[in-house]
Amino acid sequence: MNPIVLNAGDWLSLLAHYLSLSMLCVGGAITTAPDMHRFLVEEKAWLTDPQFSASISIAQAAPGPNVLFTALMGWNVGLNAGSLWTALLGMLLCLGGIMLPSSVVVYLSSQWSHRNRDLRAVRAFKQGMAPVVIALLVSTGWILTTANGYALKNWPTWAVVAVSTLVVWKTRVHLLWLLGAGAILGWMGWV
Amino acid sequence: MSSTLDAAADAPPLARPRSRTDLFVSFTLLALQGFGGVLAVVQRELVENKRWMTREEFVEEWAVAQIMPGPNVVNLSIALGSRYFGFTGALAAVAGLIACPLLVLLALALIYARFSSDAHMVGAVRGMGAVAAGLITATGLKLMPALRKNVLGVPLSAALGAASFVAIAWFKLPLLWVLLAVGGCGCVLAFRKLA
Repeated sequence: MNPIVLNAGDWLSLLAHYLSLSMLCVGGAITTAPDMHRFLVEEKAWLTDPQFSASISIAQAAPGPNVLFTALMGWNVGLNAGSLWTALLGMLLCLGGIMLPSSVVVYLSSQWSHRNRDLRAVRAFKQGMAPVVIALLVSTGWILTTANGYALKNWPTWAVVAVSTLVVWKTRVHLLWLLGAGAILGWMGWV
Repeated sequence: MSSTLDAAADAPPLARPRSRTDLFVSFTLLALQGFGGVLAVVQRELVENKRWMTREEFVEEWAVAQIMPGPNVVNLSIALGSRYFGFTGALAAVAGLIACPLLVLLALALIYARFSSDAHMVGAVRGMGAVAAGLITATGLKLMPALRKNVLGVPLSAALGAASFVAIAWFKLPLLWVLLAVGGCGCVLAFRKLA
């Protein structure tokens, strides 16, 4: 893509956008990805569509928390703006922006809730939410498994998910062995 | 080394991180193993291997991290780090979670730019994705026994869990609504039962 020019005001609005999204990402930063797409790709044209998608899929394939996909978006915006230094700046602004407000809130509230852990309302909250958040994990697994639809030709993927579920659930095999096996199966084109 | 030698005499006592460095290194190591999300590794490392918290505590902390705004594994590490060492503990845990994976990610992005059209590479990433889906599912299954000690009781917990699963996996309803509606019901019911 053609190089883009970002002035100080543009960098500020990039930071402001991620700061504002921080408090909105309940249930994972990925839930705000559609709005990042609207801002970066459609409104500002700082990123191309393939760059946006690649930022998410590379971060998914890499180790570490999923939120790092925002760092990659900032990195790519900065690269489009000219140099490795602007890429570093973009990375800092996006990752810092998405983490800072929510982290402050979480820090203060976790201190408070730990001090007040015997309060009836605090205990009710934690106990009442427990079934929901456990179900959420299983739902996430289900959604990832069926991302390509329910067509029967997807059975190899389902088989891999089922086996890895069983192995992780019932054994203590190291997770990296499983991921390596999955990578090999995919490399050979069997999954 | 343990602080919670209580009535649960059948379970061995919980451990705790020795220092901020221990926190930083532990979170770095588990983040680097977390392909396709760190949660499965956090559960295995902190609950099963290091025994810093029980399964029940983990579910509770995870519930808070989930409902609070922000990336949820980051939230979990803030809650954990600050519990042991206050503000600097939270910083150490989050820094461990972010720093090394960020460097790995940048290296990968540079490599990926060269190989992104290679069918083997795309296949390998897809295969790891399928395994990661299994890791998440299994983490959910492993945490289910924690509900036996829940004040709601097993039948109610199962009903709330099933409702959440149907709403999210089947009807693809927005997460926030499900957390507020189903989670809200759960909280009200738990509040009444705790009386």
